[in-house]
Amino acid sequence: MILWQLFLSYLKIGFFGFGGGYAMLSLIQNEVVVQHAWMTNAQFADIVAVSQITPGPIAINSATYVGYTVGMQLGHPVYGMLGSVIATLAVCLPSLTLMILVARFFMRLKNNRLVEGAMRGMRPVVIGMIAAAALLLIFPRSDAPGDRNFIDGWSWMLFGAVLVGSWRKVNPILLICLSAAAGIVIYGLF
Amino acid sequence: MLFTIFASFFKIGLFTFGGGYAMIPLIEREMIDRRAWVGRREFLDLLTLAQSVPGPIAVNTAVFVGYRMRGLRGAAAALGGTILPSFTIILLIALFFAGIRNNPIVDAAFKGMRPAVVALIIGPVVSLARGMHRVLYFVIAATALAIWGLGWSPIYVLAGAAAAGIAWELTIAGKLKKRGSGTEPPKRD
Repeated sequence: MILWQLFLSYLKIGFFGFGGGYAMLSLIQNEVVVQHAWMTNAQFADIVAVSQITPGPIAINSATYVGYTVGMQLGHPVYGMLGSVIATLAVCLPSLTLMILVARFFMRLKNNRLVEGAMRGMRPVVIGMIAAAALLLIFPRSDAPGDRNFIDGWSWMLFGAVLVGSWRKVNPILLICLSAAAGIVIYGLF
Repeated sequence: MLFTIFASFFKIGLFTFGGGYAMIPLIEREMIDRRAWVGRREFLDLLTLAQSVPGPIAVNTAVFVGYRMRGLRGAAAALGGTILPSFTIILLIALFFAGIRNNPIVDAAFKGMRPAVVALIIGPVVSLARGMHRVLYFVIAATALAIWGLGWSPIYVLAGAAAAGIAWELTIAGKLKKRGSGTEPPKRD
């Protein structure tokens, strides 16, 4: 049952996944953390972190990881693997279908006024969705310790440093590795 | 041929970090320069199409090229090649991670990475919004507040925005074009 829910959720995420990986994070977060409470806000942030430092599209990486985590709730790694297969395929299924239809029938979609209008309307909303995903990661809607990604002043300092780094176009993988090292020094050694 | 399609996209999937836009240069090199599967003009059109269809851009591009080359089987080979590296690596990490999750050092590393991830997500918001019309800043803020503060589903917000965009295009934008007789309608973004 939970695997069927997972399939439907990822189908929805794939179908509404306009605007690339980061915008999809908002959809994923809404399904996985807000609607179904399959994982905490902090677990979700961890999955995003791992997805960023490994190769491949962030939507695929996080689908595989979330699928595994959700499947594991049935108690065995086999379900975990099944979950990761289901989520990964489900998130690609709308892409696959729609792109084949486009390749076959709608090559002229490019200059279609309806498509252009829809894209134009969605562009600012997609940016707002990315901001919402970040806001929800900073200020979760519950106070449970597992939902808190910002635990003290150090968190805010790391946030600020990485934000500046990302504006200066420092490699994001390097930034994540540096903050992992900082985390080990701050929270692991003292 | 099917194997070549699979192998090409496998390579792209394996060597691009960050996904989406980061993949475009590699796809370009592989598809245009190395294999000559698509022309440069066609590739630009393809990118526009890949962004108008929902789903990861890398997946959309792969499916399109694969389908053009060898039909459904080509699309399946390209899709498989794109997702297999991600899938395998993440699955291995997930399997391995369960055993070390409670290690205090790993826990400390993740405490450091969480705020960094949030910063990396919010970073592009500013650069994406730059240059947009001021009214659209309001739309961006309203979207963020509706989803985060009011708990609206992003799907409804997206669908509403698409409908509003189509309505704008069919009504006001059309009239502006007619009235403006040769002058461009005011750019919304």
